[in-house]
Amino acid sequence: MDEGLKSELSRQGVVATSLQELYNWGRRSSLWPLNFGLACCAIEMIASTMARYDMARFGAEVFRPSPRQADLMIVAGTITKKMAPQVVRLYNQMPEPKYVISMGACAISGGPFKQGYNVLKGIDRYIPVDIYIPGCPPRPEALIDALMALQRKIDAQQLTGESRPRHLNADEPSEFTVPTFGSHDLEPPQNPAVWHAPLVQIALAEEDESGTA
Amino acid sequence: MRTDSYLPIVVLLLGALGFAVTPLALAWIWAKQFSPSKPGNDKNAIYECGLESSGDSWVQFKTGYYLYAIIFLVFDVEVVFLLPFATAFTGFGIGESLAMLVFLLLLIEGLAWAYQKKVLTWT
Repeated sequence: MDEGLKSELSRQGVVATSLQELYNWGRRSSLWPLNFGLACCAIEMIASTMARYDMARFGAEVFRPSPRQADLMIVAGTITKKMAPQVVRLYNQMPEPKYVISMGACAISGGPFKQGYNVLKGIDRYIPVDIYIPGCPPRPEALIDALMALQRKIDAQQLTGESRPRHLNADEPSEFTVPTFGSHDLEPPQNPAVWHAPLVQIALAEEDESGTA
Repeated sequence: MRTDSYLPIVVLLLGALGFAVTPLALAWIWAKQFSPSKPGNDKNAIYECGLESSGDSWVQFKTGYYLYAIIFLVFDVEVVFLLPFATAFTGFGIGESLAMLVFLLLLIEGLAWAYQKKVLTWT
């Protein structure tokens, strides 16, 4: 439907929509996060649900204590290697559609503990992450910004076709390998289907600072 | 005219049925059309706190708790029924008194049973 006609109709009090828009609207307006925190970022996550920042405005106020009822996993804090299998298993136990916000430096890359032997260097080694928020810890505004970014991402998703999201594609997995404790490290140290080490190319380093382009 | 008076109830019944069945049917059609089912070992596990599930969900609870149920009946339900019995006591005939005595006898029987089973002692 033509966008101009749609806005004209809505000015006259007629709402025209498509099944895809309705579906995306429903999903983005009821993102129920999983009620779990790993470290100090969780305190900021709690603050963002309280009256001052009030995440309830975005339909995300119902933190569910069970993964069976949650849509959104906010990985808030340092993931120790002891905790990583539990985080991945919780993600596996969430029903589709499910989303992940990687909150804070630790959840992205290990943060200040990156060199530590006991810290996972980013949850995206095991599960697909939708939104990353840098910060140590990120302020509640940053989490709300991440939530809004996720809502925009959901809004743009297609119901059918090649670019449809993971949960609508029967070939894409819903569960990911849960790591086990090996003799030196987690086994496997990363899930190759989800993550691979960024390849740094010296030739590209001049144009792009990271060189990973 | 008689059949007509029940017609609204049938209509309401159909409406109620529609309210229950339509969302389920829509969800089913949606799942068939767009959203594929993706079951898995972790997702179907009986325990959902991140830890690995062990055992079966069909566990037995300790049967010893029936003692608490019986003693609860004896002391609590007794009071509930004895209170109206006491307030209406003066207006009783022989029939009511007999019925109440049988009821009391049943409760006393339970108490005696609990006593001989030595569950009333505090240890």
